[in-house]
Amino acid sequence: MSKANLLDRRQVVSTLLAERKDVIAIGGLGASTNDMCAAGDHARNFYLWGGMGGAAMIGLGLALAQPKLPVLVITGDGEMLMGMGSLATIGLQKPANLSIVVLDNEAYGETGGQTSHTFAAADLVGIARACGIEDSRAVTTMAEVEAFAKAVHDVSAGPRFANVKIDSASVERILPTRDGTYIVNRLRGDLGFRPI
Amino acid sequence: MHARADAPDTAPEASVLWPDDIFATLQRFDVRQVPYVPDAGHSKLIQRVLASSTMRGIPLTTEEEGVALLAGAWAGGQRGVLLMQSSGVGNCINMLSLIPILRFPFLTLVTMRGEWGEFNPWQVPMGSTTQGVFELSGVKVLRASNPAEVPAVLEAAAAQAYNALTPTAVLLSQRLIGAKVFTK
Repeated sequence: MSKANLLDRRQVVSTLLAERKDVIAIGGLGASTNDMCAAGDHARNFYLWGGMGGAAMIGLGLALAQPKLPVLVITGDGEMLMGMGSLATIGLQKPANLSIVVLDNEAYGETGGQTSHTFAAADLVGIARACGIEDSRAVTTMAEVEAFAKAVHDVSAGPRFANVKIDSASVERILPTRDGTYIVNRLRGDLGFRPI
Repeated sequence: MHARADAPDTAPEASVLWPDDIFATLQRFDVRQVPYVPDAGHSKLIQRVLASSTMRGIPLTTEEEGVALLAGAWAGGQRGVLLMQSSGVGNCINMLSLIPILRFPFLTLVTMRGEWGEFNPWQVPMGSTTQGVFELSGVKVLRASNPAEVPAVLEAAAAQAYNALTPTAVLLSQRLIGAKVFTK
């Protein structure tokens, strides 16, 4: 697998969220959730600090509940591998407003950089497509990231999936709030739901 | 392949009425998303859900997907309920940590295996620890053991889960469902 032209994770995520408008964004456990915060805190950011493997399913629950709003899951290769079955669940439901981006550095960056299954064997784009997510893309350029960021706003043509090969350079830690109840209630409030 | 031990083999499933009671309660509490891993004991309820215009049945590949799904559903303004059998409870353990952290209404209906006349020993270990796993994970456990008590137990469970954000599991006893009968 070529290691040339790997993208910068912060640049990828800030491009995905630059024109976010009404997008609800879920950040998977690990560096992805920090990248989302680095791009700018937002009431519609759903930061995960646990529940590894659950990011895509939280995205599905949100997408089904809010079918007119674009829902974007941004997660890592390790987190996606743990929830691989959820690609089959999403491929069956086909929520047209759900997009999933995997930031694939082929490693478990938070735990010492051990290689993940995508390093040598697992092809997440092939897996997503074979699970019924027809719009599944292997992204290697910023132009493709920009095109995907635009597509996210089309809530009639998903689900869609992108695997973005990123470099494994360590970046400054920018930590979002880790108060889960605050995160959920802030998001619900922004969608117009009152506390119970 | 199998039949209910507590009913003649020829009895149509339509004669089992408690799943209709469950469906009616879920409908009244405005439950919209119903993730499930199939179980024979849930088959009639799943049929009702899939035929419903207000509920969406969502087949899962593994039960913990359903816990995460319900967190997302709540963030988006909808209530859900997770249907599974006792063996699936163990699959959920780490994902159950989302419930106190995100504080969303969690209701799950669990058909029990590994108790009351079980034939398959492989069901017994997880069936024996199902209630303990829930309690250690902060989920209150209620049980229904006969058809007559299903409506009241469901009502109490749904009320405390959705009104008081008290995570609740209802164990639908194997005595209620009928032990699975294996025939050649």
